[in-house]
Formats: sequence, C-alpha cells, structure tokens
Amino acid sequence: MAYPKGPPPPLPDRHGGALRLETSRCPEGCSECVPVCPTQAIAPAPGGGIALDLGRCLFCAACVQACPHGAITQTGDHRMAARGRGDLVLGGPGRETVRLASALDGKLRRMFGRSLRLRVVSAGGGGADEADLNVLGTIGWDLGRFGIQFVASPRHADGMVVAGPVSRNMELALRSTWEAIAEPKIVIALGACAISGGPFAGNPEVRNGAESVVPVDLFIPGWPAHPLTILDGLLRLLGRLEAEEMPARRP
Amino acid sequence: MTTSTSFALLDNGSSLPWEDVPEWPVEEFARRTAAEIERGARLCSFFGVPEDGGTRLVAVVAFDADNTLAAARSLPASGGYPSLTPSHPQAHLFEREVWEQHGVVPLGHPWLKPVRASAGSAPKNGEFFRVGGREVHEVAVGPVHAGIIEPGHFRFQCAGEEVLHLEIALGYQHRGVERGLAGGPHRLTESQMDGVVGDTTVGHATAYALVAEALSGAEAPLRAQWLRLVALELERLANHTGDLGALANDVAFLPAASACGRIRGDFLNLTALICGNRFGRGLVRPGGCRHDMEPERLARLAERLEGALAEVETACEWLWDSASVRARFEATGALSAEQAAELGLVGPAARACGLVRDVRYDHPAGWHRLAQAPVAVWPSGDVFARARVRWLEIQRSGQLVREQLASPAEGDVRIEPAGPAPDSLAVALVEGWRGEICHAAVTDQAGRLRRYKIVDPSFHNWIGLALAMRGQAVSDFPVCNKSFNLSYCGFDL
Repeated sequence: MAYPKGPPPPLPDRHGGALRLETSRCPEGCSECVPVCPTQAIAPAPGGGIALDLGRCLFCAACVQACPHGAITQTGDHRMAARGRGDLVLGGPGRETVRLASALDGKLRRMFGRSLRLRVVSAGGGGADEADLNVLGTIGWDLGRFGIQFVASPRHADGMVVAGPVSRNMELALRSTWEAIAEPKIVIALGACAISGGPFAGNPEVRNGAESVVPVDLFIPGWPAHPLTILDGLLRLLGRLEAEEMPARRP
Repeated sequence: MTTSTSFALLDNGSSLPWEDVPEWPVEEFARRTAAEIERGARLCSFFGVPEDGGTRLVAVVAFDADNTLAAARSLPASGGYPSLTPSHPQAHLFEREVWEQHGVVPLGHPWLKPVRASAGSAPKNGEFFRVGGREVHEVAVGPVHAGIIEPGHFRFQCAGEEVLHLEIALGYQHRGVERGLAGGPHRLTESQMDGVVGDTTVGHATAYALVAEALSGAEAPLRAQWLRLVALELERLANHTGDLGALANDVAFLPAASACGRIRGDFLNLTALICGNRFGRGLVRPGGCRHDMEPERLARLAERLEGALAEVETACEWLWDSASVRARFEATGALSAEQAAELGLVGPAARACGLVRDVRYDHPAGWHRLAQAPVAVWPSGDVFARARVRWLEIQRSGQLVREQLASPAEGDVRIEPAGPAPDSLAVALVEGWRGEICHAAVTDQAGRLRRYKIVDPSFHNWIGLALAMRGQAVSDFPVCNKSFNLSYCGFDL
C-alpha cells in the first residue's frame, strides 16, 4: 500500500466519510434533521441552530437525506480522529468539519513517535471494531512498518485502545489494565461505542464510553471506524501526518 | 411426528396470537417440553415473560425433519419446576438464564449459577467446578485476552498438560441489549439490532426484520429478500475466510494466515459496495433494505466476487496440501455426533459432527425458499472438520451468490410495514455464519415489544468448546477456540 506517501485506498463510494455541517444554510427554527437521528447525535445547539456530534454518529446518513437545505453533507473524507471530545462536535462558523487530531507533545512524541505498543481492551465491543483493528495488522496495511504493534500484556504497552461502550462488567478489568501500563501512557477510544456508548448509550449496564473510566487522548469515530480512519488517527497522533499532507484522492 | 404435538405449530418468520399459544401449569409445561425433545425436537429458545406477578416460561422448539417450529408456554409461575437439564442437557443454559432473570428455579439443575449478572464492576460468576488431587492444577485465563478479541474467562482444571475440565465464565460483555429492546420498537431499535453481534449484522438485522414483518402481516419485496440473501452469504464468506486464516495462524502456517486475512477484507468490501459499510450496518430494515444496486454496481460486485473466490481457493489449497496443518487439525478437539445432538449445537460446529442441521435448508424463509445451497457436513467432529465445513460452505455460498447475481429479482427494495400486531408471538430463525440465530417477540396490547428474546448461536455452542477440550493439551486451546470462534457479546447480550 502506497499510503501514506501515495494516495489512500478509496473508501467505498457509499461510505460517505466524515460529515460536514454548514449551519449557515439552516433556516431559522429548522430542525428536520433532529428527529431522524437514531442516537441523538444531532441536537439543537444551546445558542440556536443545531450541533452534530460525530462521536455519537453511526453514519447512517439519515440526516443527510432529511435535510432539505443541503446543510449536512458527506465529504467522502476518511479523516475524522480528534484529540478532544468537543472537537468532534460540528456546528457554527468555523466548525463545519472535525478539528483533526494534533500530534502528541514533545516528550511523548519523542518516546512513541517511532515505536508505539498498544494493548487492546474490548469492553462490550461487538467484534467489528476489533476486526478492523486486526485488519491493520494484515499484510495489506502492515501497521508494523510504522513501528506500531499490538501487544499481549499491559506491561509491554505504551497505551491502550478501548473498543465498546464499556460494559459495567468490564469496568474493573479495563481500569486494571490501564493501571498496569507504565507511565507515561495514552488511551485511544475506538468507534462510536467507545466514544459515547453508541446505540447502547443510556443502558444502565454500560458506562457510555471509555472516558467515563479512563482519560482519553484520541477519539476515532465510526461504527465501526474504517481501517483507514484508524490508521489516519494513529499517524496523526504520532505526528507522522500533518493536515496539509493529505494526498490528493483518486477520482 | 409433529402431527400429534400439543405445541402450536408455526413456520419460520411467522406469528400467532399470544392466546393461541397452548398453556399449562409450569410442571406440566416442563414435562411436555421434555417429551417434545425426546421425540426429536430441538430447543431453539426458552425464556420468561413476566406476567401477573409471576413469569410465564415460553419454549420454542424446531422439528427440523418436518420443517416446522412449535411453541408453548406455562401459566405464570413463581416457584420452581423440575429441571429439564439432567435428561436434556441442551436446556442447561436456558434454565440458568431464566433463573437468573426471573427467579424461577429449575429444581435439580446440576450446575445452577449465574450466566451474566453483574456484581458491581465484574460478572457474578459464582463457584467454579474444581477437580481434586495433588497433581491437579488450575489455569485461569481472561477476561482480557492476548489478541484483539472480546473478553471472557476460561478456567481449566489440568493434570500436567492435559485438560480434565474447562469451565467458561462469560458476562463481561453484557450491555443490557434485550432489556433495552423491551417497550420498543423505539428509534434506536434498528441500530441496536445491527449491533447485537458486530460481525453478524446482516444475520441479526434480518432476523429482526422477519419478526417485525411477521408481526405486521407484511412481507418484504422479493428484491429485498434477494438482496438479504446475497448480503447474508457475503457475511458468511468473509467470516469463514477469516476463520480459516486464524486457524492457519494458530498452527503457525503463515502463508494461508496472511492471505486469508487480506481476502476476508475483500469480502467485507463487497458488502461495503452494496451499502457503504463493511459489516452491512444500515442495510437490512423491517420492510426491506435501505440500499439497492443499480446494474453497473451489480456487475462490479459479481466481478470482484470472482476475484476473491479464486484467491481464497488458492489460499485454501495451500492449507489442505500442508501435512503439518492436517496433523495439527486432525483428531484435535473432537466431539461426537451424539454429544453435539445432546448439547443442541448449531451451525458449522454441529455440521462438523455430521449433523445435517441448517436453517436455510430445514426452515427456509425469505429468498432461501427459492434458492438453496447443499448443506455442508463432515463427520469427524474435530478441528479439521470445523475447518473443512467452513471451506465447503465458502465454495457453496460462493456458487449461490454467483447464481443469484446472475438472476436478480426485480422490483422495489422496500415497503413501509404496518405497525406490529398486538398480543402476538413472532419467531424468526436465520442461519448466520456461526449457526442458528433465533429472535422471538411477544407484543403487548398496544403492539409494543413486551419481551424480545435473542438467541445467538454462541449461546448453544460455548459448551461444545468446553467439552471438546477434555483430554486435550492446554496448548491446543487456541486452535480449538478458533475452530468454534464464538461470540462473547452475542452470548452476553
């Protein structure tokens, strides 16, 4: 795979990629997109207009179909990983798209930039996020070429990837794993479930995402996140990909 | 055989009024359920429905040879009933689950302990079975495993390398799925069905769609039924290919492991070609499908399918031609046909014991009524058989999809179904890639879901893995585990 030096492999044409929200197109008082969203990722914004939270989004595109004003569109862009939870919330001027993840700060970047060992904990994950992480290890994606590796013990790890909404029954194991990783360490929340609880948010049996149990350094949206979105997020976090370095997409 | 049953007969993907489901006091209900199993019925689902301060037990059984399902219920009960498990082991987990959820006690159950209940921040697993003796030691693994997989706990009783007993304790993935579905359908229901088991989205979403359609008295358009079949078989192709790669990896046969890992992605991308999502999220909905294929897309799908099928064939030739692979697969983790039948195993795990048991063949619904693949069986019951059945199913599913893409159904892909009928029971079975998926719904007087019961094939099959490990070296656990490749979240719901 030529990426990241060459162009990325194309997303499926119906995937749609990250969403874009131009609230300047929203007429006063319009909220036609709000009731169609299954996870309430779209909600009226406190200061008027609407806000779209890609951390809750299942990318079903029901809102895109429902909006009569073309305010919500699919960009086809696979990039949507962010450092802050609020960076995933779209709406208002200058917030049409996700604020993409910045690189780790100096010391962490020096430590992990060329060698990152990650422990993966599924905590109520359905198996799809886990599968698409495994995909990155296959010969096509070859994650090892970036010095990123998944390891079998938290004692070997620099950080942790969390999949799933964090079932209460996994809370203890998740916290124990995090505590067993030596400082300094990072945590990555993978997919809508690990960011917000996804479609199971609000069930008393889950904790609505990783952040309720451990601090999170990188949020990777998707249901599940596409392998390309995951790789982009990891490389961006390690400072190995800058926003302007996005190679031209194949037509 | 079924002509004399006292249960109410129903077809796969149909419903009947709740009051027409025969009812007896719980002891009599248990006795009659046992009698049906003795006559060859298979327990598909067994669950409680709270009512009048007690709990009604509901049994859904399948008469595979007669291509029919049958259902019965008890009167509301609160105490106990004679356990079915001592004489019919396939009831063992169902009875534990009913006890855990409703407090109705299966009297005489040999191993009554929680299934997935929470004890604060971990499952309430209860006591583990222990083997005595000075040389016996215990190995505990999990909940977090070495690879990137879901969590669960395995407790081995070993004498040296030999496993005397394995107890599998799950519940870590419990998300409250069934409880959250009650009172619906609400606006999250369809997405939750997509996410019941992340790698079986098409299977579970199709089962829900069949239940919802049965309750509304409608049928999805033929074009949608056709598209669901294509998507279901693509899901099978992707997962079986991935499983063969994972099995190759566990015996350190890296060429097939590497190739299958990549080809699995090619199959997932075919599903993404249809609906944009590699796992089929958002494709199957009550009333039909949310996406259709224009002729050009269909042609592209057919072309890319041929490429992936040719590549998986090459990779599997390497696998089967390798003597070292066969030596590791053969006679490892074997179960007999009698064990598989007693435990009520389903899917490839059952067919690898020689049982001819496949919902697509025994209880066809949707487009499977019109298009079928031969049932793939292998007699030896070991890791080899479970791998071999997957390979046979890859070939047969590939051929089935190939034929279907060449002769698509015409017409619309979606209708808007009416609301669900009140006070009804609906049941749907789908042969997912792991085996039989069973969804059952009981509606209230307003047509809301009073009780929604999901049985993933993993619920039947985990005990098969536990028994397959007896007498094996503990180091054979990974390859035995992969040969079943069961879902944790599908069990824990």
